[in-house]
Amino acid sequence: MAKHHVTATVNGDAVEFLCETEETLLDVLRDTLHLTGSKEGCSSGDCGACSVTLDGRLVCSCLVLGCEVAGRSIETIEGMATGETLHPLQQKFLEHAALQCGICTPGFLVASKALLERDPDPTETEIRYWLAGNLCRCTGYDKIIKAVMDAAAEMRTS
Amino acid sequence: MQAKTSAALPQSYVGTRTVRPDGVDKVTGRARFGADFNLPGQLVGRVLRSPHAHARILSIDTSKAERLPGVKAVVTRDDFPDQSSEFIPAGEMMMNYRDVVRNVMAREKALYEGHAVAAVAATSTAVARRALKLIDVQYEVLPHVIDVVDAMKPEAPLLHEDLYTAGVEPKPERPSNIAKRVEIGHGDIEAGFARADVIVEREFSTQPVHQGYIEPHAALASVSEDGAVELWCTTQGHFIVRAHCARLLGLDIGKVRVTASEIGGGFGGKTVVYLEPLAVALSRKAKRPVKLVMSREEVFKASGPTSGARIKVKLGATKAGKFTGAFAELKYQAGAFQGSPVQPGTMCAFAPYDIEHVKVIGYDVVSNRPKVAAYRAPGAPISEFAVESVVDELAKKLEIDPVELRLQNAAREGTKAAYGPKFGPIGLIDTLHAVEKTNHYTTPLEEWQGRGVASGFWFNIGGETCASLTVNEDGTVSLMAGTPDIGGLRASLAMVAADELGVPYDKVRPIIGDTGSVGYNFLTGGSRSAFSGSMAVVEAAKQIKADLCTRAAKLWELAPDQVAFENGHVKPVGDTNGRHKPVSVADLAKVAGKTGGPIGGVGRINAQGAGPSFGTHLVDVEVDPETGRVTILRYTMAQDAGRAIHPSYVEGQYQGGAAQGIGWALNEEYIYGADGKLQNAGFLDYRMPVASDVPMIDAIIVEVPNPRHPYGVRGVGETPIVPPMAAIANAIENATGIRFTELPMSPPKVLKALKERGLNGVKA
Repeated sequence: MAKHHVTATVNGDAVEFLCETEETLLDVLRDTLHLTGSKEGCSSGDCGACSVTLDGRLVCSCLVLGCEVAGRSIETIEGMATGETLHPLQQKFLEHAALQCGICTPGFLVASKALLERDPDPTETEIRYWLAGNLCRCTGYDKIIKAVMDAAAEMRTS
Repeated sequence: MQAKTSAALPQSYVGTRTVRPDGVDKVTGRARFGADFNLPGQLVGRVLRSPHAHARILSIDTSKAERLPGVKAVVTRDDFPDQSSEFIPAGEMMMNYRDVVRNVMAREKALYEGHAVAAVAATSTAVARRALKLIDVQYEVLPHVIDVVDAMKPEAPLLHEDLYTAGVEPKPERPSNIAKRVEIGHGDIEAGFARADVIVEREFSTQPVHQGYIEPHAALASVSEDGAVELWCTTQGHFIVRAHCARLLGLDIGKVRVTASEIGGGFGGKTVVYLEPLAVALSRKAKRPVKLVMSREEVFKASGPTSGARIKVKLGATKAGKFTGAFAELKYQAGAFQGSPVQPGTMCAFAPYDIEHVKVIGYDVVSNRPKVAAYRAPGAPISEFAVESVVDELAKKLEIDPVELRLQNAAREGTKAAYGPKFGPIGLIDTLHAVEKTNHYTTPLEEWQGRGVASGFWFNIGGETCASLTVNEDGTVSLMAGTPDIGGLRASLAMVAADELGVPYDKVRPIIGDTGSVGYNFLTGGSRSAFSGSMAVVEAAKQIKADLCTRAAKLWELAPDQVAFENGHVKPVGDTNGRHKPVSVADLAKVAGKTGGPIGGVGRINAQGAGPSFGTHLVDVEVDPETGRVTILRYTMAQDAGRAIHPSYVEGQYQGGAAQGIGWALNEEYIYGADGKLQNAGFLDYRMPVASDVPMIDAIIVEVPNPRHPYGVRGVGETPIVPPMAAIANAIENATGIRFTELPMSPPKVLKALKERGLNGVKA
């Protein structure tokens, strides 16, 4: 069967690609567009390591088909920093040592950014439940939650 | 967050919270993990796995698969020469190449569901999948055994017809699934129990739990026509991968170059090989790069969890609370091949206590499960869960505060450990005092809430380590280590290098070298990488400092003993003090070409003197009598770090270990059907803690310096996973009056126990 020809926007840039019907958005991002910042931890939507936003909505890119994103806008971890300036979440993750191995970090950052865009002042509990779709096995979440709270506070005052 | 400063020492980064040098790459998606490497012309590898828990492999016919267009290589057992039996150290465990070759590719039998039987390399995923279906494997399905107690029965299906229990005299007449019996201890336990006023005796069981790293195993191999091997993989030890691949495939070690990718978690599970030799074997056949990546299901079914176990513990004490005698019997599942962590389990069981009469017996038992791999303090969390539960019960019977009872019996400097040696300076008592002093310990609890405490021990190891420092021509420093950085190692080593050479932290750039770029390093494991790596860095820096002194002395026409290295500068000392302006490392770097050439040092050490680390955890839980769900309300932990190089990453180790322990205590387990197949091989059904399952985890760093490390450092990574299970069980007992002896203490199990006692219902 012929591949699908898809045009979409990734991190603000127009992209076009060919994909098989069964290829996921994560496959396309990683293998075709060479954006390997989104990680595959489970391919069943349980770990959140492949989190991206699709027209602003947080999704697991392993649960979206490549051919579904035609005409839509995708934001990945690679689009989070602006030029030389890290996003406040990225900066706070570094300052709080909110990562150990770092494999889950892109997913947590994308998910946290999506949260703060909806709610600039979430409680600790709200952050914990919002991020419950992202697995981290290294940190026990403590420093991640603190980094998100600190970034939110900084973003509210800037 | 400021670097400490003092007049004598212009800067000391050790002990501060620097930003890790590899951090930006990891928050921007730039860091390359195992599955992120690709090469031109790369083929897709896929592994065919046994659908049976136990089956004899009668034949494997790969001819149809080989004929499929796009298939470039197929490998089976025939591509891996058999290995003689030889036990070698593997992390904190032992392994045998005869078993390793059978685990990476099933030989006579498939011994667990998911056991690799063949592998293919093809031009696309679709072709590779089709090829697997064309491989015809004829199995004779055999009866299987999953449970450890069943596996020990004389009539149990036998996994290995040539396995005779080691460690018993005389040698058994018949083979069995009991690979080994071990025993440790000292004194006379009967005499010890005779002196006891109170004895508690209990049986416990734990289930296998997976390390649960978020990054699946991945390997990319490229073998050239002259037999040179390039391998990129996610591993805790690329030198170990090199050794295993060379051995299993008959290659010269020097021809195999392994690059460790960034590693997405390991916890012991990436100290062994699975895909790596298959990728090399496929690439060698195909003469093209081959990439293999496991699915999550494969990770669960075919990579090592840690053992499940059955444990008996007997502990006696006087009315005053002095432990008089201790006994434990441990039966650990090894999975399909021998080598469970039962030995360290026996050694750790009573390690936190000073007991005159102690004996621990352990059994290493094979069954039709994936071969276990190391998991953070391998063996210790299992035995110490049982012992720390019994200590709590004893405290209750004696009406002594559980922290006080532990303090009364705590091991301290000079105590003869249950496993033999005398302890040097250790921090157990300090950790007990630290949790006792928190306001957490005295905060009132409400109905259905309970508080528990437990301590834990792990040895820590040192071992072979190399690190190099190069002073570049502009005075910046390149640091190369050879143990994969799994959680802040580069930061710690760069801090030590900066302090030693007196250069700014951000002028030190650390990297993890491949096996061709830096000398041999044992793996990242045993809480050894920061401990041993920093010792190697100190050694490398020492060479540089001596060399710089020699160079400066020559420039100044002074004798070598008339100069000294201080605060990042060489200066004249003694009579010549003040005769020349001190020269900095950077100044000397500029004239390196004129003073003897490139400046560098290499630390090549076999690090000794890893100090053990003790910890004590304090936890509050709330039990929901309607559902049996246990919520962790509050968590405080104290652990001895000796000296925390980077406190944030030490705390991170503490917190992460505690969270893994919470999962082990409350939810995680391997669930098998009667057919011997794993029923929960995914993150939905194998339920690891998520952010909403845990509270903030207060981590208290206790520092009792390790006298055998230049900065006093102890390993910290493993001890944190030891106490949580017992601390939580003790807290649930405190909340409900019910002593849970089986892990996990999942909602159905808790609810059942509440129902049996008529305690369930909607909370008032």
